[in-house]
Amino acid sequence: MLLEIVGITKTFGGIRALDGVSFSVEKGAIHGLIGPNGAGKTTLINVLSGTAKPMEGRILLEGALIHSLPPYKVAALGIARTFQNIRLFAGMNCVENVIAGQHLKAKRQLLPRLLHLPSANREEREYRDKAMACLKRVGIEHRAAIPAGYLSYGERRRLEIARALALEPRILLLDEPVAGMRRRGIEQVGGLIRSLATQGMTILLIEHNMKFVMELCSRITVLNFGRVITTGAPSEVGRHPQVIEAYLGAEA
Amino acid sequence: MAFLMHFFAVYGNLVNFIGINALMALGLYVTLSAGQLSLGNAAFAGIGGYTAGILTMQFHAPYILSITSGAMLSGIVAVLIGLPVLRLRGVFLAMATLSFGEVVRIAAVNLTITGGAQGLVGIPNKTTTGLIFTVLALTGYFMAKLRQSRIGWSFESIREDEAAAASLGVNTTFYKTVAFTIGAIISGLAGGMYAHLNFIISPGEFGFSAAVQLLIYNIVGGTRIWYGPLLGATLLTALPEVLRGIGVTAGPIRMCVNGIILLLVILFLPNGLISLLSRSSSIAGPRP
Repeated sequence: MLLEIVGITKTFGGIRALDGVSFSVEKGAIHGLIGPNGAGKTTLINVLSGTAKPMEGRILLEGALIHSLPPYKVAALGIARTFQNIRLFAGMNCVENVIAGQHLKAKRQLLPRLLHLPSANREEREYRDKAMACLKRVGIEHRAAIPAGYLSYGERRRLEIARALALEPRILLLDEPVAGMRRRGIEQVGGLIRSLATQGMTILLIEHNMKFVMELCSRITVLNFGRVITTGAPSEVGRHPQVIEAYLGAEA
Repeated sequence: MAFLMHFFAVYGNLVNFIGINALMALGLYVTLSAGQLSLGNAAFAGIGGYTAGILTMQFHAPYILSITSGAMLSGIVAVLIGLPVLRLRGVFLAMATLSFGEVVRIAAVNLTITGGAQGLVGIPNKTTTGLIFTVLALTGYFMAKLRQSRIGWSFESIREDEAAAASLGVNTTFYKTVAFTIGAIISGLAGGMYAHLNFIISPGEFGFSAAVQLLIYNIVGGTRIWYGPLLGATLLTALPEVLRGIGVTAGPIRMCVNGIILLLVILFLPNGLISLLSRSSSIAGPRP
């Protein structure tokens, strides 16, 4: 198992946002995390990325404990994330956002730049090309020079994915990657996620679009009131009586 | 040539102070460029000024050694202060750095070695116009190159969104301390050069109003790019002379004009006067 979540509990005041959550994510899987609003999905992503500290429980990345690490160290281990409420660098343009995401991968040393060494220029072109490739991957390379704040909602979500890809992560945590997108955009992002998984990247995603989740994910974990109802293949999860009651039943 | 000689005889001192103020503004700019609001940079200039002045007067140290020692001591103090203080955000950080500034000022008033409230008197005049502008040019070049480096990108990311920066692997505490320290070194250097230009330094010159003045240079000039604060410092330092040229000499009116300029800039050019000059790059350009 690549990522193991064992008995994670997180409380805010008297509310148990996460209550003994346990499941594991296989390498190369597209793992869905679903549940009604307030089920604790985003809190779990925050705990996984080091933004929130769990009160109890453990998180293991290939057997190593990571739940007490600060976010920047979690990122250094190869776990990248996007945010539900999109946190782009609004003052930068698109390609600059991705360049900022290269922090762990690009040295960009000060001394060669101070001395105007040709190697610095060459290196910089390589990094820019890589950043452009990330934009191309999510399909917004034509927007490279546009300030991030001017993008449409769907484009912002894609740019955030491109920025996360600049980390060249092993695990990508996506918090509602297609929220607010139209069908064409949803299909494109779905295709992108599939191709990332084929290359060996592991993806854990939160999404409310059930069709998207059911078609894309190899495994799904259902949360309700901070507890895991079940983890399994989409077909099993869809038939699970408690899931239908808690979540799908509301739609039927 | 004769015109230049005449100009310099009359305005030489003003030109020098423009250079020094621009350098001090750049010190604060580094901290601001990482999104941290510091009101402690005047105190760092004070530490640099007093250290350099004392080394020159009491220990007869060579000028360059004095001013670099002052800058280094400022930098060391910044690391020690920065590590605990930079965990604070926004207005709380401003308050903490402000109280640090007051501690430095009160220390300067009460210590014997700093000459108490009277300050240091009789510091030899060793700072030349050439040196001021050489240091300023080198610092500007350093800023431009720093922006392109990993450190500069980290500063920019932290300023835009600290949580997002951390999620990209940026050690935010470390880079904020780096920004604070580089800013303190530049401010300390400017302080040492100021001490050797002005003949006399006293605690009041490095107090709250000086800290706010540095902030005003940055706001008026703009903090999206390193030459913004240079523009702000130049305009606002030259302003009293310009006003005197058109017949306004009284002090309070000068402060009024300062205030009006600041208000107009905040209202109509939130990225500072520099945004009038460069609209091409998105870093310097208008924000949506």
